[in-house]
Amino acid sequence: MMPEQGVPMIELSGLTKRYGTGQTVLDSVSLTISKGEFVSFIGPSGCGKSTALKLISGLAVPTAGTISVDGMTPKNAREIISFIFQDATLLPWRTVQQNVGLGLELEGMVDKRRREKTSQLLELVGLKHMANAYPRELSGGMKMRVSIARALATSPRLLLMDEPFAALDEMSRDRLNEELLRLRDEQKWTAVFVTHSVAEAVFLSTRIVVLAPNPGRIHVVLPIELPLPRTAALRDTPEFEARVMQVSHALRAALLQ
Amino acid sequence: MRQRLSTLADALGVFAALLVLWQLILWIFHIPQYMLPSPWAVARAVGLRFPSLLAALAITAVESGAGLIASIVAGVIVALFFAQSRWVRRMLYPYTILLQTVPIVAIAPLILMWVGAGAPAVALIAFIISLAPIIANTTQGLVSVEENLVHLFLMHNATPGQLLFKLRLPHAIPSLFVGIRIASGISVIGAITGELYAGSSSVGGGGLGYSILYASSQLQTDYLFALVLAATVLGFSFFFLVMFLEWYFLHRWHESALKMEVE
Repeated sequence: MMPEQGVPMIELSGLTKRYGTGQTVLDSVSLTISKGEFVSFIGPSGCGKSTALKLISGLAVPTAGTISVDGMTPKNAREIISFIFQDATLLPWRTVQQNVGLGLELEGMVDKRRREKTSQLLELVGLKHMANAYPRELSGGMKMRVSIARALATSPRLLLMDEPFAALDEMSRDRLNEELLRLRDEQKWTAVFVTHSVAEAVFLSTRIVVLAPNPGRIHVVLPIELPLPRTAALRDTPEFEARVMQVSHALRAALLQ
Repeated sequence: MRQRLSTLADALGVFAALLVLWQLILWIFHIPQYMLPSPWAVARAVGLRFPSLLAALAITAVESGAGLIASIVAGVIVALFFAQSRWVRRMLYPYTILLQTVPIVAIAPLILMWVGAGAPAVALIAFIISLAPIIANTTQGLVSVEENLVHLFLMHNATPGQLLFKLRLPHAIPSLFVGIRIASGISVIGAITGELYAGSSSVGGGGLGYSILYASSQLQTDYLFALVLAATVLGFSFFFLVMFLEWYFLHRWHESALKMEVE
């Protein structure tokens, strides 16, 4: 069931990032993420979670160490990667449908096929009725759905998410977590997810990487062996509670280290 | 709608009060007509010389309009160039400020010398004076794009052209309109200043600026006031035209345009 030791999607080895000021954000991080995994990075501020995503996507360059994404350099792997940012990063002058089609448009897909594809995706995230609305007419949760639809439009095999639901209320966040898992079960992409929320990380992940700060490094990697597919009911089980406790303890230990 | 009407009523009330005050000052201080004509005399001058007033107004409108449109086109092109690199901006931006601070009265005689008197010289002056706010605001809009949006485009392997025309330029449109709004007012000032020097010699043919010069030399103070009124109307018309275009293009997606709609 769990793709524990499968084909590697991401291989990080001795990954180090230092800024010009001499501050070390990430210190020799080594980790292999297999295809089909859903891995969350969790940790206090300053542990380099977001930096790790930037490095994997090639938006930042490591000071030392190597990154391989599906056997490619991060920049060459961009065709198979989609990035979901903390804010929805929609273009306010475009309608919902035009926003969803942005990636396809930049890749040069023709209008007609793009409209079909974006309509499908809007249906998938339950926003078909908002296709011609502008972002300012949407709630925070809806905007995030558009952002997810846009990321999935290019059929990525790796989804990088940087605290995508941090600004949402808990109800919307829970619903979007459930939808995200449903989409993953259908589309089988690999995911790296950065979050502050332990419950969110446990619910979504097959593995959780707990990072320690100053300098950012891996404290412990915890497999989350809860059954798949997961539904909202999982949150009420004692197994889920136990996992949340375990991760919270690890997080506290990482802080004290 | 009702609120808009009451705002209009307030404005008209203030206007009426000013007219009364104006008339009172004339009566109390016994000011001669050639120094300060009565509101009635100004109204009469507008009525009597309406055709030449309108002709002067039309000429100034065309000159300042041409200068403004040229400054928008040129300003956006310059701003697109400025947006390419921080280095280019650092090198060339000071000259934009120079453009803004150069006294138009000082360079008008030069332009007259180079281009010769007439409408093209006046439009050129309006163009020069309108250029700086367009460049400054558009550049600001082009470079102030959120970093994550740029990252989003990079993640989709966007070309530099796509970054510029699908992200930076649309993002700069609201800032461009701020620039146009400022430029619309000063283009009229520029044109009238230009006409003081470069208006052609036939009466009314030189636009509002030339007519103002002429009326003042003839001590036709009532007509002078009528011309000033016409200049104000022209400035207002430009401003509201720009406001309308801004609303028309931006109200569906932009917050500031939305607020304007509510007010």
